[in-house]
Amino acid sequence: MARDSEATLDATDRTLAGVKPVSARRQLVNLGDRVFYIIAKSLALLVIVLALLLVADLFRGASEAIRQFGLKFLVGTTWDPVTRQFSTLPTVIGTLVKGFIALLLAVPVSIGSAIFITFYTPRWLRPVISYPIELLAGIPSIIFGMWGLFAMVPVVRVIQIWLKAHFGWFFLFDGPAVYGVGVLSGSIILFIMITPIITAISKEILLTVPREQIEGMLALGSTKWEAIWKVALPYARIGLFGAVVLGLGRAIGETMAVTMVGGNSFDLIHSLFDPVHSMASQIASEFSEATYSLYVSSLIYVGLVLFGITILISLLAQFLIWKTSKGKLALLD
Amino acid sequence: MVLISHYRYRKLVEWANWAGMLLCITVSVFFLVAILGYVLVNGASYIDWEFLTAMPVPTGETGGGIANALVGSFLVVIVASLMALPIGIGAAIFINEFPSQGFGRTVRFLAEVLTGVPSIVVGLFAYALVVIPSGGFSALSGSVAYAFIMIPIILISAHEALRLVPDSLREASLALGIPKWRTIMGVVLPVSSRALITGAVLAISRALGEAAPMLFTAFGNSFWNVNPTKPIATVPLLIYTYATGPYEDWHRKAWAASFVLLVIVFFTSVLTRAFLRGKANE
Repeated sequence: MARDSEATLDATDRTLAGVKPVSARRQLVNLGDRVFYIIAKSLALLVIVLALLLVADLFRGASEAIRQFGLKFLVGTTWDPVTRQFSTLPTVIGTLVKGFIALLLAVPVSIGSAIFITFYTPRWLRPVISYPIELLAGIPSIIFGMWGLFAMVPVVRVIQIWLKAHFGWFFLFDGPAVYGVGVLSGSIILFIMITPIITAISKEILLTVPREQIEGMLALGSTKWEAIWKVALPYARIGLFGAVVLGLGRAIGETMAVTMVGGNSFDLIHSLFDPVHSMASQIASEFSEATYSLYVSSLIYVGLVLFGITILISLLAQFLIWKTSKGKLALLD
Repeated sequence: MVLISHYRYRKLVEWANWAGMLLCITVSVFFLVAILGYVLVNGASYIDWEFLTAMPVPTGETGGGIANALVGSFLVVIVASLMALPIGIGAAIFINEFPSQGFGRTVRFLAEVLTGVPSIVVGLFAYALVVIPSGGFSALSGSVAYAFIMIPIILISAHEALRLVPDSLREASLALGIPKWRTIMGVVLPVSSRALITGAVLAISRALGEAAPMLFTAFGNSFWNVNPTKPIATVPLLIYTYATGPYEDWHRKAWAASFVLLVIVFFTSVLTRAFLRGKANE
């Protein structure tokens, strides 16, 4: 675009150049352009350098632990700073379980909300209804954590005790119910946090469904829900899946709220009530207590694993959303 | 008769789904009201002039405030903005104004991937990049972590903003013989300034609420500090320390600080975000 006009401009200059010599001022102008180009390009390069530096620094920081434990770090179940044995399977499982339970709750709620906003709400009312959801997305994680710890956990605790008393024979409910903090609390707080994110993106995805297809379905005598179920959702399914995957990525990388309500234990979970670290909360709560370099290095190794998982998830989500929206959506959430 | 009952069934499904989806929205709204209400009830009453302007007092004494954390948060974010704004907007200018085949797209793609990096990992990065070489926790390392969170947000929003500037404006300026760099600085950037500022504010408010990357960079400090090479207190970090502490008074202060943080973040982020979204949806 801008380049075409530039080319024309250069061509005009060249024909003029035959008539009179290039002035000193013209050269200065070129110099200005060149300097500007170099500055802009180096800033863009800096972004790439920073991204590479991030990966390199994580590997460098984790190198001691990688050399010591290798890939066994990922399958072992011991995290013992006293005997200097570190491996992180329980927290990886804890992270994924919390993330998936949060998704299980968040997917129906957020996609339902998105459908309601997109198809059942008149245009002028849409901002009014989606505004509270955007407000929810703007609350800092630490405040979710605090609310979770003081307001939600006591309620969850009562429910857990009741569940254990009546359904304790079921393995999911056969855990230490009296803590309150644990897998269930962590999952619920994550559910509240990722719902607005998935809703916002699903809403944008659903808006890309061609109006004519839905109207065609309605003209055939379908109800609105039938048109949505049989036309809109199949059309948008890949993008919606992308939105869900993005939500999972956020849930897995979430730190402060999970640190405060997820319970901080390094043991494998057996029930919904067991307290367990997620990878992020493990780093957050242990880092200041890490007294020797292998300990620090192991925590950075956990960070590297977390980074790897979230990047894979994020790439998948970007790809799916891009595939549906054809690059029309800018992802800021 | 069969036909009519089938029609009724379809109507019923329609209504059931409508009600179900309304319930979905209600769930989100309920949690919003619950959280805001809780922060308001527990936090607002504790806010007074002293809380905002006084230093923290030793445990057990009454009174005291969060002045050092407020100042610390703003200092760390301002320094982070000084780093992130030139990089983010400069890179966006390069991507949009100097089209290159793969390079620009790579940078944009990387920025989108970087928005998904967990904030705790950003903290580890800043720790390895600044804290280890410089030998200690510092406000500056906190700024580096914040800047790293802000850059991709600023870059993407700036790129979207520059995209919307019509080419005819650029061409008109170039046709007047104005060099390209002055066209960009004097025409393209001013035209898109509103959207650029919106993006920057969004990034700043996102950073202001982050506690995780500050845990092992800025580290927190219970005393007054404006020295960038020393640990500094920030509001989210202070909330974390107070909320997980054992004292009733600390919890009250954590709620009050949460209220302050919410007010700051909402005033900056959500208003501009709604403004941006509203414009985009028209």
